[in-house]
Amino acid sequence: MSDINDFIKKIEAEFEEISPGSLNPGTNFREMKDWSSMHALIIIALIDTEYGISLNGEHMRSVSTIKELFDLIGKKKVTQQHIND
Amino acid sequence: MGAYIKAISYYLPEEVLTNADLVRIFPQLTEVEIFRATGIRKRHITPHGIIGSDLAYLSAIKFFDEHPIKKKEIDFLLFCTHGSDYNGPSSACILQDRIGLPNHCGAMDIPYGCTGFVYGTAIAKSLIESNLAKNVLLLTSDIPTTVIRPENHELRAIFGDGAACTLFSISKNNSSIGDFVFGTDGRGAKNLIVRNSGRREPVTMEYLEKNSDAGGMLNGTMEMNGAEIFIFAVKVVPTMVKQVLEKNNLQQDDIDLFIFHQASGFLLEILRKKLKIPKENFFVYLENVGNTVSATIPIALKEAIKEGKAKTGDKILLAGFGIGYSWAGTVIQL
Repeated sequence: MSDINDFIKKIEAEFEEISPGSLNPGTNFREMKDWSSMHALIIIALIDTEYGISLNGEHMRSVSTIKELFDLIGKKKVTQQHIND
Repeated sequence: MGAYIKAISYYLPEEVLTNADLVRIFPQLTEVEIFRATGIRKRHITPHGIIGSDLAYLSAIKFFDEHPIKKKEIDFLLFCTHGSDYNGPSSACILQDRIGLPNHCGAMDIPYGCTGFVYGTAIAKSLIESNLAKNVLLLTSDIPTTVIRPENHELRAIFGDGAACTLFSISKNNSSIGDFVFGTDGRGAKNLIVRNSGRREPVTMEYLEKNSDAGGMLNGTMEMNGAEIFIFAVKVVPTMVKQVLEKNNLQQDDIDLFIFHQASGFLLEILRKKLKIPKENFFVYLENVGNTVSATIPIALKEAIKEGKAKTGDKILLAGFGIGYSWAGTVIQL
């Protein structure tokens, strides 16, 4: 799995209103300018496409920083591999 | 010899539901909010008792009025809808007679939704290019407002009724229909579905009683998981667009105009940004019609031609996606 900086770059590329380099692992995405539930959906779609992990609204509500979200993807990935094994 | 889209007409019922009407019914909403979330100002509503094949018929009558094409030239009729007349016969057979198309004309229903126009285009191309037919008339008509519960403001704000009539013929120049990409994921069926319609979930006495306030909702009730549909579209459409370009040996810059299924203004804007398509190359026609399911793409294409945004020789990428889940795309040259 790629590192958190890649993940941050992908999020920054996804939103026109976020300038590259403005996010860091500790950024609370819910405090981002004009954050809405639609942004959460876009991030869910991004994670699904890039990492093959399907998160839902509840998962998104359980985390607040980019690092927490990235760790959640890692955890899910391990569980999924375990199931596949 | 290749097939191409020769002419389009469309028909919308007269009655409209404006954002002001919606706010009167749902005082918790505002006109500004509705427009921001949907990109829609009004939707056309079919009167009680008027169904999909009626709108399709009216679009065909308009078509033969607007274009110098004779009915006897049509040798295949395709009728795409999710609201057919009967379980049997095919509504296309009834429409053949009603429109006055010749008896030597083939007729077939395509029970499809948001992807219906692209499917119809693929079938019309196949019929023409395999020499089975010369002039294929595709009617795409839907009446989603008839399967929406009165209190469902989310769906009432998005959907409108409408029908389009498109003629496919043999091309004498560079006008063409390119290669297609198709996709299906039936796991998403439950996320956009007309409940209590058909054999799997027929109307029950209990259902009729529950819906007695709304005339029984005899044709079923549409249910949509908006968040899931949104995630599906954002995931699938950009990939499909890239695949369609690849399959047709084109770069994104080669496309003069992108016309997607007009699902909702907000979703279309997200998709446009994600694909980095300049606004002038991305056609949206939603404001005065709403999401008319299988009729959105031909209505938008017709308007793009009318506004001079789609001209002869232009390459236009069409992408349908939605109920199924189903998605399909192609590139046409006008």
